[in-house]
Amino acid sequence: MTKLLSMNRRNFLQASAAGALVTAAPGLLSSRALAQTALTVGFIYVGPKDDYGYNQAHAEGAAIIKALPGITVVEEENVPETVDVQKTMESMINLDGATLLFPTSFGYFDPHMLAIAAKYPDIQFRHCGGLWQEGKNPANTGSYFGYINQGQYLNGIAAGYATKSKKIGFVAAKPIPQVLQNINAFLLGARSVDPTITCQVIFTGEWSLAVKEAEATNALVDQGADVITCHVDSPKVVVETGAGRGAFICGYHANQSPLAPEKYLTGAEWAWGNVYSDFVKKAQASEKLGNFVRGGLKDGFVKMSALGPGVSAEGRKAFEATQANMMKGGFSVFKGPLKDNKGNVVVAEGKAFAEEAIELESMDYLVEGVVGSTS
Amino acid sequence: MTVETSDPAISIASEKTASLRPVLEWIARRAEPIVIGLTAILIGLALFSLFILAVGKSPATLFQLMYTGGFGSWFSVQNSLSRAAPLLLTALCVALPARLGLVIIGGEGAVVLGGVAAAAIALPIVGTFPPIVVLVLMGIAAMVIGGIWIGLAGFLRHYRGVNETISSLLLAYIAIALMNQFVEGLLRDPASLNKPSTKPLPPEYMLGNIPGMDVHWGLVIGIVACIVSWILIEVTSYGFAARIAGGNVRAAQIQGLPVGRLIAGFTAIAGSFAGLAGMVEVAAVQGSANASLAAGYGYTGILVAFLARHNPLAIIPVAILLGGIDASGGLIQRRMGLPDATVLVLQGTLFIVILFCETFYGRFKIFNPDLWKRSL
Repeated sequence: MTKLLSMNRRNFLQASAAGALVTAAPGLLSSRALAQTALTVGFIYVGPKDDYGYNQAHAEGAAIIKALPGITVVEEENVPETVDVQKTMESMINLDGATLLFPTSFGYFDPHMLAIAAKYPDIQFRHCGGLWQEGKNPANTGSYFGYINQGQYLNGIAAGYATKSKKIGFVAAKPIPQVLQNINAFLLGARSVDPTITCQVIFTGEWSLAVKEAEATNALVDQGADVITCHVDSPKVVVETGAGRGAFICGYHANQSPLAPEKYLTGAEWAWGNVYSDFVKKAQASEKLGNFVRGGLKDGFVKMSALGPGVSAEGRKAFEATQANMMKGGFSVFKGPLKDNKGNVVVAEGKAFAEEAIELESMDYLVEGVVGSTS
Repeated sequence: MTVETSDPAISIASEKTASLRPVLEWIARRAEPIVIGLTAILIGLALFSLFILAVGKSPATLFQLMYTGGFGSWFSVQNSLSRAAPLLLTALCVALPARLGLVIIGGEGAVVLGGVAAAAIALPIVGTFPPIVVLVLMGIAAMVIGGIWIGLAGFLRHYRGVNETISSLLLAYIAIALMNQFVEGLLRDPASLNKPSTKPLPPEYMLGNIPGMDVHWGLVIGIVACIVSWILIEVTSYGFAARIAGGNVRAAQIQGLPVGRLIAGFTAIAGSFAGLAGMVEVAAVQGSANASLAAGYGYTGILVAFLARHNPLAIIPVAILLGGIDASGGLIQRRMGLPDATVLVLQGTLFIVILFCETFYGRFKIFNPDLWKRSL
């Protein structure tokens, strides 16, 4: 300790020289010396901020930190995953003085955020995804993400109690691991209520394609599904179409209950406000920001919408019991014996994957009871 | 010599004006599109100001931010140029067929397929060939595929009577579906779990930045393509034939011009430029082909081409102007709290006003070269 604190003449000179440099360069001054109090944070969204979905969830998080003292938030919506997002990041750094950036779309990471992060080593970048790799990606970058499949499992429980036809439906964007986890968790939740329930899935192929989402929702209802959920960027179309056809709805990304107050059972929502508050408080206190931050329900990364009027007393009890169980930690949605819908064993008996299990990150199957195909 | 007047000053003066005449004629001819175009832009901005006032914001702040964000600093200029680069090529995809009287709006399809073709041809040969060879092959592959795609719309138009506007648009949807199929299937990099992409190009094979600038080489490629297209249309006999056919197909056919081949050829060249835009997107920005290729450059190109009145040289400043509007759009969102759609409203207003002002061409005597011939 004494060694660390003692300062000889040379060290003192170096320190004062560094201090002089900081004072001389106004750009450095604003980013370093004032970081204790003032902090400009940039948020970039791939779609509209009010999409009732992925982007709104982030914008709600941004709105929460906007209220914190000393924080200035700059936001830009509808930024495509091209050179546009690179220039938007640079523009926020150069013109707005942002020192902490949250490019929120999955596709912003590689090559866009990495390219800009390499160019601006003094700026902190945190990306929503889970792509950051130690040693491979720059130290001023990082990832944060939530385990939301437990939320879809809880959605499934609500759906399991609400369904009369024993058929539930899922409108999905692309057959990628994160989406497959949600589809499977939704069905497994429903099957924890009634093992005869099946879930029909339709992939639209795009993250945001309103016409196809409406068609898919109609097709699911036509085939008898009476509870619908989805994993697309904006669930608005699915929620309105499904509820309009008389189906119950489980939400995703953000709270869609205003769109269908009667039919909305519950929803798996992101709670990014907690995550962002944590990052900016650390940044204001000049602490090191985490490079790889993840969490689920119990960590406050994910939350559930309030239960709607369509949930029965019995359903509410089961829902709350499982949720309380999850809040204790160690809950496994995926546990053996578990077969995929082609009959192959995907999780052996006695094996259970907790939410952070790396095996879940490369999921490429639909579990038994899901009607649909990944290709 | 004998006719020379007694007052030499008069003859000198008339000689002077005589030598000025061609200059004045030239100015009159060239000034028309510039004056009408700029007036249209000013009217568009004025209308847009009313819109901004209606939502309770200050147009002055907005225009100042647009200048700062688009052109106010070296960073902003480079920002605008980067955004303009792909538009140069996709605008040509609209402008060239337009000179033949065709309205092609499906450049987006050629962009995405060009990108996929470029990635597909590059991946097996990186490492065996030097970067320049790989990049040239990528460019050729992208141009061939893009040319076939838009050429198909031209071919169908001439030989089967299919409306090229509709067919090119529908072909774009097919192209995007094909891209998804390739990127999520045959060409998918197994490591791209949650964002299906082809394998990334190694960094040394990427098309880098123009020296001294933070803008990739796509800008130079685009400008060269515009100049080449201008020469093709304005200087060569093919371009002349195309303009004749665009003015009156019947007349062109009676003259024995190969209208079918001109249409197929021009649409193919147009498509190859859009395909090249896809290759640049892969080689200079994305590093791999994925769904981000369908970023709408093909559609913004339509706007650029129409604003430039399908003149390849005019595409250059128009693309840079739109790049600047795009670049400043972010700043407007951030500083004024206006939604992203604000910039779309501006683009739409400009587009309508400029199309409206098309009707003023030939209405003002001052721009008539003959006036300058006669009156002096």
